[in-house]
Amino acid sequence: MIRPHFPTRFLQWGTPMRERTSGRTVGGFRNLFLQGPAVTLLLLWMLVPLGMTLWFSFQRYNLINPMISGFAGWDNYTYLLTDPALWTAMGNTLLLVGWVLAISVIGGTLLAVLFQQEFFGRGIARLLVIAPFFVMPTVGALVWKNMLMHPVNGVFAWLSNLLGLPVIDWFSSMPLTSIIIIVSWQWMPFALLILLTAIQSLDDDQVEAARMDGAGPLAIFWFITLPHLKRAISVVIMIEMIFLLTIFAEIFVTTSGGPGLASTNLAYFIYIRALLDFDVGGASAGGVIAIILANIVAIFLIRTVAKNLET
Amino acid sequence: MNPTMTKKLLLTLLAWGIALIVFFPIFWMVLTGFKTEGEAVATPPSLFFEPTLAGYNEVMARADYLKFALNSIVISFGSTLLALIVAIPSAYSMAFLPTKRTQGTLLWMLSTKMLPPVGVLMPVYLLFRDMGLLDSQLGLTIVYMLMNLPIVVWMLYTFFKDIPKDILEAGRMDGAGTLQEVLYLLLPLTLPGIASTGLLSVILSWNEAFWSLNLTTSDAAPLTAFIASFSSPEGLFWAKLSAASTLAIAPILIFGWMTQKQMVRGLTFGAVK
Repeated sequence: MIRPHFPTRFLQWGTPMRERTSGRTVGGFRNLFLQGPAVTLLLLWMLVPLGMTLWFSFQRYNLINPMISGFAGWDNYTYLLTDPALWTAMGNTLLLVGWVLAISVIGGTLLAVLFQQEFFGRGIARLLVIAPFFVMPTVGALVWKNMLMHPVNGVFAWLSNLLGLPVIDWFSSMPLTSIIIIVSWQWMPFALLILLTAIQSLDDDQVEAARMDGAGPLAIFWFITLPHLKRAISVVIMIEMIFLLTIFAEIFVTTSGGPGLASTNLAYFIYIRALLDFDVGGASAGGVIAIILANIVAIFLIRTVAKNLET
Repeated sequence: MNPTMTKKLLLTLLAWGIALIVFFPIFWMVLTGFKTEGEAVATPPSLFFEPTLAGYNEVMARADYLKFALNSIVISFGSTLLALIVAIPSAYSMAFLPTKRTQGTLLWMLSTKMLPPVGVLMPVYLLFRDMGLLDSQLGLTIVYMLMNLPIVVWMLYTFFKDIPKDILEAGRMDGAGTLQEVLYLLLPLTLPGIASTGLLSVILSWNEAFWSLNLTTSDAAPLTAFIASFSSPEGLFWAKLSAASTLAIAPILIFGWMTQKQMVRGLTFGAVK
Protein backbone atom coordinates (compact mmCIF):
# COMPACT_ATOMS: atom_id res chain seq x y z
CA MET A 1 0.00 0.00 0.00
CA ILE A 2 1.13 3.48 -0.67
CA ARG A 3 1.03 5.61 2.42
CA PRO A 4 3.16 8.63 1.80
CA HIS A 5 4.69 10.33 4.79
CA PHE A 6 6.11 13.19 2.81
CA PRO A 7 4.17 16.25 1.72
CA THR A 8 2.15 15.09 -1.20
CA ARG A 9 0.90 18.48 -2.19
CA PHE A 10 2.79 18.42 -5.44
CA LEU A 11 1.56 15.02 -6.51
CA GLN A 12 -2.09 15.76 -6.12
CA TRP A 13 -4.74 16.58 -8.65
CA GLY A 14 -4.53 20.14 -7.52
CA THR A 15 -6.43 19.77 -4.28
CA PRO A 16 -5.21 20.23 -0.75
CA MET A 17 -4.73 17.28 1.53
CA ARG A 18 -7.72 16.06 3.44
CA GLU A 19 -7.91 14.95 6.99
CA ARG A 20 -9.69 11.70 7.60
CA THR A 21 -11.61 10.96 10.76
CA SER A 22 -8.78 8.73 11.85
CA GLY A 23 -6.60 11.77 11.78
CA ARG A 24 -4.29 10.23 9.19
CA THR A 25 -3.46 12.36 6.21
CA VAL A 26 -4.53 10.93 2.96
CA GLY A 27 -2.47 12.09 0.11
CA GLY A 28 -3.63 12.65 -3.41
CA PHE A 29 -0.88 10.28 -4.41
CA ARG A 30 -3.06 7.41 -3.33
CA ASN A 31 -5.94 8.78 -5.37
CA LEU A 32 -3.66 9.21 -8.32
CA PHE A 33 -2.56 5.62 -8.00
CA LEU A 34 -6.10 4.30 -7.59
CA GLN A 35 -7.82 6.43 -10.17
CA GLY A 36 -4.91 6.70 -12.54
CA PRO A 37 -5.61 3.64 -14.69
CA ALA A 38 -9.27 4.45 -15.27
CA VAL A 39 -8.61 8.13 -15.93
CA THR A 40 -5.69 7.45 -18.26
CA LEU A 41 -7.57 4.85 -20.27
CA LEU A 42 -10.60 7.06 -20.71
CA LEU A 43 -8.45 10.05 -21.55
CA LEU A 44 -6.71 8.09 -24.30
CA TRP A 45 -10.00 6.65 -25.53
CA MET A 46 -11.44 10.11 -25.78
CA LEU A 47 -8.57 12.27 -26.96
CA VAL A 48 -6.79 10.05 -29.48
CA PRO A 49 -9.77 9.22 -31.70
CA LEU A 50 -11.21 12.70 -31.24
CA GLY A 51 -7.96 14.33 -32.29
CA MET A 52 -7.64 11.98 -35.24
CA THR A 53 -11.20 12.63 -36.38
CA LEU A 54 -10.54 16.34 -36.28
CA TRP A 55 -7.27 15.90 -38.15
CA PHE A 56 -8.76 13.63 -40.82
CA SER A 57 -11.66 15.99 -41.33
CA PHE A 58 -9.20 18.53 -42.74
CA GLN A 59 -7.40 16.00 -44.91
CA ARG A 60 -7.92 14.56 -48.35
CA TYR A 61 -7.81 10.92 -47.49
CA ASN A 62 -9.30 8.01 -49.41
CA LEU A 63 -8.66 4.44 -48.41
CA ILE A 64 -8.65 2.97 -51.91
CA ASN A 65 -7.06 5.86 -53.73
CA PRO A 66 -3.75 6.87 -52.13
CA MET A 67 -3.29 9.50 -54.83
CA ILE A 68 -5.81 11.62 -53.00
CA SER A 69 -3.93 13.20 -50.15
CA GLY A 70 -2.89 16.45 -48.57
CA PHE A 71 -4.44 19.23 -46.60
CA ALA A 72 -8.04 19.89 -47.57
CA GLY A 73 -8.84 22.94 -45.52
CA TRP A 74 -12.56 23.26 -45.09
CA ASP A 75 -13.23 21.34 -48.31
CA ASN A 76 -14.59 18.24 -46.60
CA TYR A 77 -16.98 20.39 -44.62
CA THR A 78 -18.15 22.53 -47.51
CA TYR A 79 -18.55 19.43 -49.67
CA LEU A 80 -20.51 17.74 -46.91
CA LEU A 81 -22.64 20.70 -45.99
CA THR A 82 -23.63 21.36 -49.60
CA ASP A 83 -24.49 17.69 -50.13
CA PRO A 84 -28.29 17.41 -50.03
CA ALA A 85 -27.87 13.83 -48.79
CA LEU A 86 -26.47 15.17 -45.51
CA TRP A 87 -29.52 17.32 -44.96
CA THR A 88 -31.84 14.43 -45.77
CA ALA A 89 -29.92 12.35 -43.25
CA MET A 90 -30.11 15.14 -40.67
CA GLY A 91 -33.82 15.50 -41.23
CA ASN A 92 -34.31 11.77 -40.85
CA THR A 93 -32.22 11.80 -37.68
CA LEU A 94 -34.39 14.54 -36.19
CA LEU A 95 -37.60 12.77 -37.17
CA LEU A 96 -36.36 9.50 -35.76
CA VAL A 97 -35.17 11.03 -32.49
CA GLY A 98 -38.22 13.27 -32.12
CA TRP A 99 -40.84 10.62 -32.72
CA VAL A 100 -39.18 7.91 -30.70
CA LEU A 101 -38.71 10.36 -27.82
CA ALA A 102 -42.34 11.47 -27.96
CA ILE A 103 -43.67 7.92 -28.14
CA SER A 104 -41.38 6.45 -25.53
CA VAL A 105 -41.62 9.27 -23.00
CA ILE A 106 -45.37 9.81 -23.21
CA GLY A 107 -46.05 6.09 -23.43
CA GLY A 108 -43.53 5.34 -20.71
CA THR A 109 -45.04 7.90 -18.34
CA LEU A 110 -48.58 6.65 -18.82
CA LEU A 111 -47.50 3.05 -18.49
CA ALA A 112 -45.50 3.86 -15.36
CA VAL A 113 -48.67 5.21 -13.76
CA LEU A 114 -50.63 2.15 -14.89
CA PHE A 115 -48.07 -0.41 -13.77
CA GLN A 116 -47.73 1.33 -10.41
CA GLN A 117 -51.37 0.51 -9.60
CA GLU A 118 -52.30 -2.62 -7.72
CA PHE A 119 -53.48 -5.40 -10.01
CA PHE A 120 -53.26 -9.16 -10.31
CA GLY A 121 -49.94 -10.53 -11.51
CA ARG A 122 -48.30 -7.10 -11.44
CA GLY A 123 -44.78 -8.46 -10.99
CA ILE A 124 -44.96 -10.70 -14.05
CA ALA A 125 -46.71 -8.11 -16.20
CA ARG A 126 -43.91 -5.66 -15.36
CA LEU A 127 -41.27 -8.16 -16.41
CA LEU A 128 -43.01 -8.73 -19.73
CA VAL A 129 -43.43 -5.07 -20.53
CA ILE A 130 -39.79 -4.09 -19.92
CA ALA A 131 -38.41 -7.12 -21.76
CA PRO A 132 -37.90 -5.49 -25.18
CA PHE A 133 -35.20 -3.25 -23.75
CA PHE A 134 -32.97 -6.27 -23.14
CA VAL A 135 -33.38 -7.69 -26.63
CA MET A 136 -30.36 -7.08 -28.82
CA PRO A 137 -31.18 -4.51 -31.52
CA THR A 138 -30.38 -6.79 -34.44
CA VAL A 139 -32.78 -9.43 -33.09
CA GLY A 140 -35.57 -6.96 -32.38
CA ALA A 141 -35.31 -5.34 -35.79
CA LEU A 142 -35.20 -8.62 -37.72
CA VAL A 143 -38.12 -10.14 -35.82
CA TRP A 144 -40.23 -7.08 -36.60
CA LYS A 145 -39.06 -6.92 -40.20
CA ASN A 146 -39.76 -10.56 -40.97
CA MET A 147 -42.34 -12.12 -38.72
CA LEU A 148 -44.47 -9.06 -38.05
CA MET A 149 -44.10 -6.54 -40.87
CA HIS A 150 -43.60 -8.88 -43.81
CA PRO A 151 -46.18 -7.83 -46.44
CA VAL A 152 -47.21 -11.42 -47.29
CA ASN A 153 -46.52 -13.73 -44.37
CA GLY A 154 -46.27 -11.28 -41.48
CA VAL A 155 -48.67 -11.15 -38.58
CA PHE A 156 -49.66 -7.57 -39.43
CA ALA A 157 -50.54 -8.51 -43.00
CA TRP A 158 -52.70 -11.34 -41.69
CA LEU A 159 -54.40 -8.99 -39.21
CA SER A 160 -55.07 -6.41 -41.95
CA ASN A 161 -56.62 -9.10 -44.13
CA LEU A 162 -58.71 -10.31 -41.24
CA LEU A 163 -60.06 -6.81 -40.63
CA GLY A 164 -60.47 -6.11 -44.33
CA LEU A 165 -57.87 -3.34 -44.30
CA PRO A 166 -55.31 -2.80 -47.05
CA VAL A 167 -52.04 -4.64 -46.45
CA ILE A 168 -49.12 -2.31 -45.87
CA ASP A 169 -45.70 -3.05 -47.30
CA TRP A 170 -44.02 -1.44 -44.33
CA PHE A 171 -40.42 -1.12 -45.38
CA SER A 172 -41.00 0.05 -48.93
CA SER A 173 -43.92 2.39 -48.39
CA MET A 174 -42.97 3.86 -45.01
CA PRO A 175 -39.39 2.88 -44.16
CA LEU A 176 -38.68 5.59 -41.62
CA THR A 177 -42.00 5.08 -39.84
CA SER A 178 -41.29 1.36 -39.61
CA ILE A 179 -37.93 2.04 -38.02
CA ILE A 180 -39.50 4.55 -35.64
CA ILE A 181 -41.97 1.87 -34.55
CA ILE A 182 -39.24 -0.71 -33.97
CA VAL A 183 -36.96 1.67 -32.10
CA SER A 184 -39.86 2.93 -29.97
CA TRP A 185 -40.70 -0.65 -29.08
CA GLN A 186 -37.16 -1.00 -27.74
CA TRP A 187 -36.92 2.31 -25.91
CA MET A 188 -40.36 2.75 -24.41
CA PRO A 189 -39.61 -0.06 -21.95
CA PHE A 190 -36.45 1.82 -20.98
CA ALA A 191 -38.46 4.95 -20.19
CA LEU A 192 -40.97 2.83 -18.32
CA LEU A 193 -38.27 1.09 -16.30
CA ILE A 194 -36.73 4.38 -15.19
CA LEU A 195 -40.02 6.16 -14.55
CA LEU A 196 -41.51 3.23 -12.69
CA THR A 197 -38.56 3.38 -10.32
CA ALA A 198 -38.94 7.13 -9.94
CA ILE A 199 -42.69 6.96 -9.35
CA GLN A 200 -42.18 4.56 -6.45
CA SER A 201 -40.57 7.30 -4.40
CA LEU A 202 -43.74 9.36 -4.70
CA ASP A 203 -45.12 10.15 -1.28
CA ASP A 204 -48.36 8.21 -0.78
CA ASP A 205 -49.51 10.57 1.97
CA GLN A 206 -49.30 13.50 -0.39
CA VAL A 207 -51.47 11.71 -2.93
CA GLU A 208 -53.88 10.68 -0.19
CA ALA A 209 -54.10 14.23 1.11
CA ALA A 210 -54.82 15.53 -2.37
CA ARG A 211 -57.55 12.92 -2.78
CA MET A 212 -59.09 13.98 0.54
CA ASP A 213 -59.15 17.52 -0.76
CA GLY A 214 -61.19 16.32 -3.68
CA ALA A 215 -58.57 16.07 -6.40
CA GLY A 216 -59.50 13.68 -9.18
CA PRO A 217 -57.08 11.18 -10.70
CA LEU A 218 -56.30 13.55 -13.57
CA ALA A 219 -55.51 16.43 -11.24
CA ILE A 220 -53.32 14.15 -9.13
CA PHE A 221 -51.46 13.01 -12.23
CA TRP A 222 -51.00 16.52 -13.53
CA PHE A 223 -50.17 18.37 -10.32
CA ILE A 224 -48.44 15.71 -8.24
CA THR A 225 -47.19 12.76 -10.27
CA LEU A 226 -45.87 14.69 -13.25
CA PRO A 227 -43.92 17.30 -11.25
CA HIS A 228 -42.48 14.44 -9.18
CA LEU A 229 -41.30 12.71 -12.34
CA LYS A 230 -39.90 15.85 -13.91
CA ARG A 231 -36.26 15.15 -13.30
CA ALA A 232 -36.51 11.46 -14.15
CA ILE A 233 -38.24 12.37 -17.41
CA SER A 234 -35.54 14.86 -18.31
CA VAL A 235 -32.87 12.25 -17.59
CA VAL A 236 -34.71 9.72 -19.78
CA ILE A 237 -34.97 12.25 -22.59
CA MET A 238 -31.29 13.07 -22.51
CA ILE A 239 -30.04 9.51 -22.27
CA GLU A 240 -32.35 8.36 -25.03
CA MET A 241 -31.27 11.27 -27.20
CA ILE A 242 -27.64 10.31 -26.95
CA PHE A 243 -28.39 6.77 -28.04
CA LEU A 244 -31.03 7.67 -30.61
CA LEU A 245 -28.85 10.22 -32.38
CA THR A 246 -26.65 7.35 -33.52
CA ILE A 247 -29.12 4.52 -34.12
CA PHE A 248 -27.37 2.17 -36.48
CA ALA A 249 -28.03 -1.56 -36.20
CA GLU A 250 -31.79 -1.28 -36.70
CA ILE A 251 -31.25 0.49 -40.01
CA PHE A 252 -28.37 -1.77 -41.01
CA VAL A 253 -30.44 -4.96 -40.81
CA THR A 254 -33.76 -3.65 -42.11
CA THR A 255 -33.61 -1.03 -44.85
CA SER A 256 -29.89 -0.33 -45.27
CA GLY A 257 -30.90 3.31 -45.28
CA GLY A 258 -33.22 2.94 -48.26
CA PRO A 259 -35.15 3.06 -50.40
CA GLY A 260 -32.92 5.83 -51.70
CA LEU A 261 -32.07 7.85 -48.63
CA ALA A 262 -35.53 7.52 -47.09
CA SER A 263 -34.30 5.92 -43.87
CA THR A 264 -30.68 7.06 -43.76
CA ASN A 265 -29.81 8.85 -40.55
CA LEU A 266 -26.61 10.67 -39.71
CA ALA A 267 -24.89 7.58 -38.32
CA TYR A 268 -25.75 5.51 -41.36
CA PHE A 269 -24.71 8.34 -43.68
CA ILE A 270 -21.28 8.49 -42.06
CA TYR A 271 -21.01 4.71 -42.22
CA ILE A 272 -21.69 4.80 -45.97
CA ARG A 273 -19.08 7.51 -46.43
CA ALA A 274 -16.52 5.70 -44.32
CA LEU A 275 -16.73 2.01 -44.99
CA LEU A 276 -18.52 1.87 -48.32
CA ASP A 277 -17.07 4.93 -50.09
CA PHE A 278 -13.75 4.78 -48.18
CA ASP A 279 -13.79 8.57 -47.90
CA VAL A 280 -12.01 9.06 -44.59
CA GLY A 281 -11.95 12.85 -44.80
CA GLY A 282 -15.65 13.20 -45.56
CA ALA A 283 -16.66 10.63 -42.99
CA SER A 284 -14.57 12.37 -40.35
CA ALA A 285 -16.15 15.72 -41.12
CA GLY A 286 -19.52 14.01 -40.67
CA GLY A 287 -18.23 12.53 -37.43
CA VAL A 288 -17.33 15.98 -36.15
CA ILE A 289 -20.88 17.15 -36.89
CA ALA A 290 -22.29 14.14 -35.00
CA ILE A 291 -20.00 14.89 -32.06
CA ILE A 292 -21.12 18.52 -31.95
CA LEU A 293 -24.79 17.50 -32.00
CA ALA A 294 -24.28 14.96 -29.23
CA ASN A 295 -22.42 17.48 -27.12
CA ILE A 296 -25.22 19.97 -27.21
CA VAL A 297 -27.38 17.33 -25.54
CA ALA A 298 -24.58 16.14 -23.30
CA ILE A 299 -24.05 19.53 -21.69
CA PHE A 300 -27.63 19.56 -20.42
CA LEU A 301 -27.43 15.97 -19.23
CA ILE A 302 -24.22 16.54 -17.32
CA ARG A 303 -25.68 19.62 -15.69
CA THR A 304 -28.70 17.69 -14.49
CA VAL A 305 -26.60 14.86 -13.14
CA ALA A 306 -24.21 17.31 -11.48
CA LYS A 307 -27.10 18.98 -9.70
CA ASN A 308 -28.05 15.59 -8.34
CA LEU A 309 -24.51 14.86 -7.16
CA GLU A 310 -24.51 17.91 -4.92
CA THR A 311 -27.60 16.93 -3.00
CA MET B 1 -68.50 -7.24 -6.19
CA ASN B 2 -67.38 -4.02 -4.54
CA PRO B 3 -66.14 -1.09 -6.61
CA THR B 4 -62.46 -1.41 -5.61
CA MET B 5 -62.53 -5.01 -6.79
CA THR B 6 -64.08 -3.99 -10.12
CA LYS B 7 -61.44 -1.33 -10.50
CA LYS B 8 -58.69 -3.82 -9.80
CA LEU B 9 -60.08 -6.25 -12.35
CA LEU B 10 -60.30 -3.57 -15.02
CA LEU B 11 -56.76 -2.45 -14.27
CA THR B 12 -55.61 -6.05 -14.50
CA LEU B 13 -57.23 -6.43 -17.90
CA LEU B 14 -55.79 -3.18 -19.24
CA ALA B 15 -52.27 -3.67 -17.90
CA TRP B 16 -52.06 -7.29 -18.98
CA GLY B 17 -53.43 -6.41 -22.40
CA ILE B 18 -50.67 -3.86 -22.89
CA ALA B 19 -48.00 -6.12 -21.42
CA LEU B 20 -48.98 -8.94 -23.77
CA ILE B 21 -48.98 -6.66 -26.82
CA VAL B 22 -45.54 -5.27 -25.94
CA PHE B 23 -44.20 -8.75 -25.28
CA PHE B 24 -45.85 -10.28 -28.34
CA PRO B 25 -42.86 -9.96 -30.75
CA ILE B 26 -40.65 -11.83 -28.30
CA PHE B 27 -43.32 -14.46 -27.64
CA TRP B 28 -43.87 -14.89 -31.37
CA MET B 29 -40.15 -15.24 -31.98
CA VAL B 30 -39.82 -17.95 -29.34
CA LEU B 31 -42.85 -19.73 -30.79
CA THR B 32 -41.57 -19.51 -34.37
CA GLY B 33 -38.29 -21.04 -33.26
CA PHE B 34 -40.15 -24.28 -32.56
CA LYS B 35 -41.92 -24.40 -35.93
CA THR B 36 -40.84 -25.96 -39.18
CA GLU B 37 -39.73 -23.48 -41.84
CA GLY B 38 -42.94 -24.12 -43.75
CA GLU B 39 -45.10 -23.49 -40.73
CA ALA B 40 -43.18 -20.36 -39.83
CA VAL B 41 -44.41 -18.56 -42.96
CA ALA B 42 -47.90 -20.10 -42.95
CA THR B 43 -50.91 -17.82 -43.42
CA PRO B 44 -52.94 -17.67 -41.24
CA PRO B 45 -50.15 -17.85 -38.66
CA SER B 46 -50.41 -21.04 -36.68
CA LEU B 47 -50.62 -20.74 -32.93
CA PHE B 48 -51.08 -24.44 -32.28
CA PHE B 49 -48.64 -26.75 -33.99
CA GLU B 50 -46.46 -29.68 -33.28
CA PRO B 51 -43.27 -28.18 -31.82
CA THR B 52 -40.06 -29.25 -33.45
CA LEU B 53 -36.44 -28.60 -32.64
CA ALA B 54 -35.56 -28.60 -36.34
CA GLY B 55 -34.73 -24.88 -36.32
CA TYR B 56 -32.47 -25.26 -33.29
CA ASN B 57 -30.79 -28.34 -34.72
CA GLU B 58 -30.08 -26.54 -37.94
CA VAL B 59 -28.64 -23.51 -36.17
CA MET B 60 -26.48 -25.67 -33.94
CA ALA B 61 -25.42 -27.78 -36.89
CA ARG B 62 -23.89 -24.77 -38.55
CA ALA B 63 -20.46 -25.20 -37.09
CA ASP B 64 -20.00 -21.47 -36.80
CA TYR B 65 -22.92 -20.77 -34.47
CA LEU B 66 -20.95 -21.92 -31.45
CA LYS B 67 -18.03 -19.80 -32.57
CA PHE B 68 -20.22 -16.68 -32.61
CA ALA B 69 -21.70 -17.56 -29.23
CA LEU B 70 -18.25 -18.15 -27.79
CA ASN B 71 -17.08 -14.80 -29.17
CA SER B 72 -20.01 -13.09 -27.47
CA ILE B 73 -19.25 -14.79 -24.17
CA VAL B 74 -15.51 -14.14 -24.25
CA ILE B 75 -15.85 -10.53 -25.35
CA SER B 76 -18.66 -9.45 -23.04
CA PHE B 77 -17.38 -11.22 -19.93
CA GLY B 78 -13.76 -10.35 -20.70
CA SER B 79 -14.50 -6.67 -21.16
CA THR B 80 -16.61 -6.66 -17.99
CA LEU B 81 -13.86 -8.28 -15.95
CA LEU B 82 -11.29 -5.79 -17.22
CA ALA B 83 -13.63 -2.87 -16.57
CA LEU B 84 -14.26 -4.05 -13.01
CA ILE B 85 -10.54 -4.47 -12.30
CA VAL B 86 -9.83 -0.94 -13.46
CA ALA B 87 -12.98 0.58 -11.96
CA ILE B 88 -12.94 -0.86 -8.44
CA PRO B 89 -9.85 1.01 -7.22
CA SER B 90 -11.07 4.14 -8.92
CA ALA B 91 -14.57 3.98 -7.42
CA TYR B 92 -13.04 3.11 -4.05
CA SER B 93 -10.91 6.21 -3.99
CA MET B 94 -13.78 8.40 -5.18
CA ALA B 95 -16.16 7.08 -2.55
CA PHE B 96 -13.81 6.95 0.44
CA LEU B 97 -11.07 9.45 -0.30
CA PRO B 98 -13.07 12.23 -1.93
CA THR B 99 -11.37 15.46 -2.86
CA LYS B 100 -12.72 18.55 -4.51
CA ARG B 101 -11.72 17.01 -7.79
CA THR B 102 -13.77 13.86 -7.37
CA GLN B 103 -17.01 15.29 -8.63
CA GLY B 104 -15.32 16.81 -11.63
CA THR B 105 -13.63 13.51 -12.45
CA LEU B 106 -16.92 11.64 -12.21
CA LEU B 107 -18.68 14.08 -14.49
CA TRP B 108 -15.81 14.04 -16.93
CA MET B 109 -16.02 10.26 -17.08
CA LEU B 110 -19.71 10.56 -17.83
CA SER B 111 -18.92 13.03 -20.59
CA THR B 112 -16.70 10.50 -22.39
CA LYS B 113 -19.81 8.39 -22.77
CA MET B 114 -21.35 11.19 -24.80
CA LEU B 115 -18.89 10.82 -27.63
CA PRO B 116 -21.02 9.22 -30.34
CA PRO B 117 -19.30 6.08 -31.62
CA VAL B 118 -19.98 7.09 -35.20
CA GLY B 119 -17.95 10.25 -34.61
CA VAL B 120 -14.81 8.26 -33.94
CA LEU B 121 -15.51 5.31 -36.24
CA MET B 122 -12.86 6.26 -38.75
CA PRO B 123 -9.86 6.71 -36.42
CA VAL B 124 -10.71 3.64 -34.37
CA TYR B 125 -11.13 1.58 -37.53
CA LEU B 126 -7.80 2.77 -38.93
CA LEU B 127 -5.94 2.37 -35.63
CA PHE B 128 -7.30 -1.14 -35.28
CA ARG B 129 -6.35 -1.95 -38.87
CA ASP B 130 -2.79 -0.79 -38.29
CA MET B 131 -2.50 -2.62 -34.98
CA GLY B 132 -4.01 -5.81 -36.37
CA LEU B 133 -6.94 -5.59 -33.99
CA LEU B 134 -9.64 -5.63 -36.64
CA ASP B 135 -11.81 -8.73 -36.34
CA SER B 136 -10.06 -9.84 -33.16
CA GLN B 137 -11.60 -10.73 -29.81
CA LEU B 138 -9.04 -8.56 -28.08
CA GLY B 139 -9.95 -5.49 -30.12
CA LEU B 140 -13.65 -5.69 -29.38
CA THR B 141 -12.96 -6.52 -25.73
CA ILE B 142 -10.92 -3.34 -25.39
CA VAL B 143 -13.57 -1.20 -27.07
CA TYR B 144 -16.36 -2.58 -24.88
CA MET B 145 -14.30 -2.23 -21.75
CA LEU B 146 -13.68 1.44 -22.53
CA MET B 147 -17.28 1.95 -23.62
CA ASN B 148 -18.62 0.64 -20.30
CA LEU B 149 -15.91 1.90 -17.98
CA PRO B 150 -17.67 5.19 -17.10
CA ILE B 151 -20.93 3.41 -16.27
CA VAL B 152 -19.10 0.78 -14.24
CA VAL B 153 -17.18 3.39 -12.24
CA TRP B 154 -20.37 5.36 -11.63
CA MET B 155 -22.40 2.42 -10.52
CA LEU B 156 -19.70 1.10 -8.22
CA TYR B 157 -19.28 4.59 -6.81
CA THR B 158 -22.96 4.82 -5.89
CA PHE B 159 -22.83 1.38 -4.25
CA PHE B 160 -19.60 2.10 -2.37
CA LYS B 161 -20.95 5.40 -1.11
CA ASP B 162 -23.75 3.56 0.65
CA ILE B 163 -21.25 1.69 2.82
CA PRO B 164 -20.76 3.50 6.13
CA LYS B 165 -17.20 4.71 6.45
CA ASP B 166 -17.11 3.50 10.04
CA ILE B 167 -16.97 -0.10 8.90
CA LEU B 168 -13.85 0.44 6.85
CA GLU B 169 -12.52 2.64 9.63
CA ALA B 170 -12.92 -0.22 12.07
CA GLY B 171 -11.10 -2.51 9.72
CA ARG B 172 -8.27 -0.07 9.47
CA MET B 173 -8.05 0.15 13.26
CA ASP B 174 -7.47 -3.57 13.22
CA GLY B 175 -4.55 -2.97 10.94
CA ALA B 176 -5.99 -3.68 7.53
CA GLY B 177 -4.20 -2.04 4.62
CA THR B 178 -5.98 -0.67 1.59
CA LEU B 179 -5.79 -3.97 -0.23
CA GLN B 180 -7.16 -5.97 2.69
CA GLU B 181 -9.74 -3.30 3.30
CA VAL B 182 -10.99 -3.64 -0.26
CA LEU B 183 -10.69 -7.40 -0.51
CA TYR B 184 -12.05 -8.46 2.86
CA LEU B 185 -14.45 -5.67 3.76
CA LEU B 186 -15.61 -3.65 0.80
CA LEU B 187 -15.98 -6.37 -1.81
CA PRO B 188 -17.96 -8.80 0.35
CA LEU B 189 -20.19 -5.98 1.58
CA THR B 190 -20.96 -4.68 -1.90
CA LEU B 191 -20.97 -7.99 -3.72
CA PRO B 192 -24.62 -7.67 -4.86
CA GLY B 193 -23.88 -4.20 -6.20
CA ILE B 194 -20.72 -5.34 -7.95
CA ALA B 195 -22.57 -8.31 -9.43
CA SER B 196 -25.33 -6.16 -10.86
CA THR B 197 -22.78 -3.67 -12.18
CA GLY B 198 -21.01 -6.54 -13.90
CA LEU B 199 -24.27 -7.89 -15.29
CA LEU B 200 -25.20 -4.51 -16.70
CA SER B 201 -21.83 -4.28 -18.39
CA VAL B 202 -22.29 -7.80 -19.81
CA ILE B 203 -25.75 -6.89 -21.09
CA LEU B 204 -24.54 -3.71 -22.77
CA SER B 205 -21.58 -5.49 -24.38
CA TRP B 206 -23.65 -8.47 -25.45
CA ASN B 207 -26.23 -6.29 -27.20
CA GLU B 208 -23.83 -3.72 -28.64
CA ALA B 209 -24.13 -3.63 -32.41
CA PHE B 210 -22.32 -0.61 -33.83
CA TRP B 211 -18.75 -1.60 -33.08
CA SER B 212 -19.32 -5.30 -33.55
CA LEU B 213 -20.76 -4.77 -37.03
CA ASN B 214 -18.02 -2.37 -38.06
CA LEU B 215 -14.93 -3.84 -36.45
CA THR B 216 -15.48 -7.56 -37.00
CA THR B 217 -16.17 -9.64 -40.07
CA SER B 218 -15.92 -13.33 -39.22
CA ASP B 219 -13.26 -14.49 -36.78
CA ALA B 220 -14.31 -12.40 -33.79
CA ALA B 221 -17.89 -11.62 -34.80
CA PRO B 222 -20.28 -11.97 -31.85
CA LEU B 223 -23.93 -13.02 -31.93
CA THR B 224 -25.22 -9.56 -32.90
CA ALA B 225 -23.27 -9.87 -36.14
CA PHE B 226 -24.40 -13.47 -36.63
CA ILE B 227 -28.04 -12.44 -36.32
CA ALA B 228 -27.43 -9.48 -38.64
CA SER B 229 -26.29 -11.94 -41.31
CA PHE B 230 -29.93 -13.03 -41.55
CA SER B 231 -30.79 -9.62 -42.98
CA SER B 232 -29.98 -10.95 -46.46
CA PRO B 233 -32.68 -13.59 -46.89
CA GLU B 234 -31.74 -17.09 -47.89
CA GLY B 235 -34.90 -18.98 -48.83
CA LEU B 236 -37.04 -19.93 -45.86
CA PHE B 237 -35.18 -18.88 -42.74
CA TRP B 238 -37.66 -17.62 -40.16
CA ALA B 239 -37.53 -20.67 -37.91
CA LYS B 240 -33.74 -20.64 -38.00
CA LEU B 241 -33.63 -16.90 -37.34
CA SER B 242 -36.06 -17.30 -34.43
CA ALA B 243 -34.18 -20.20 -32.92
CA ALA B 244 -30.85 -18.38 -33.18
CA SER B 245 -32.40 -15.19 -31.78
CA THR B 246 -34.00 -16.98 -28.86
CA LEU B 247 -30.67 -18.53 -27.94
CA ALA B 248 -28.97 -15.15 -28.29
CA ILE B 249 -31.35 -13.15 -26.10
CA ALA B 250 -32.42 -15.70 -23.47
CA PRO B 251 -29.47 -15.32 -21.08
CA ILE B 252 -29.49 -11.53 -21.36
CA LEU B 253 -33.22 -11.29 -20.79
CA ILE B 254 -32.82 -13.27 -17.59
CA PHE B 255 -29.85 -11.15 -16.46
CA GLY B 256 -31.85 -8.03 -17.23
CA TRP B 257 -34.85 -9.17 -15.24
CA MET B 258 -32.60 -10.05 -12.32
CA THR B 259 -30.85 -6.70 -12.16
CA GLN B 260 -33.51 -4.24 -13.32
CA LYS B 261 -33.62 -2.29 -10.05
CA GLN B 262 -29.90 -1.66 -9.82
CA MET B 263 -29.74 -1.08 -13.52
CA VAL B 264 -31.84 2.04 -13.22
CA ARG B 265 -29.15 3.53 -11.01
CA GLY B 266 -26.38 2.68 -13.42
CA LEU B 267 -28.16 3.82 -16.54
CA THR B 268 -29.18 7.15 -15.07
CA PHE B 269 -25.82 7.71 -13.36
CA GLY B 270 -27.49 7.71 -9.99
CA ALA B 271 -29.94 10.45 -10.90
CA VAL B 272 -32.87 8.07 -10.39
CA LYS B 273 -32.80 5.60 -7.54
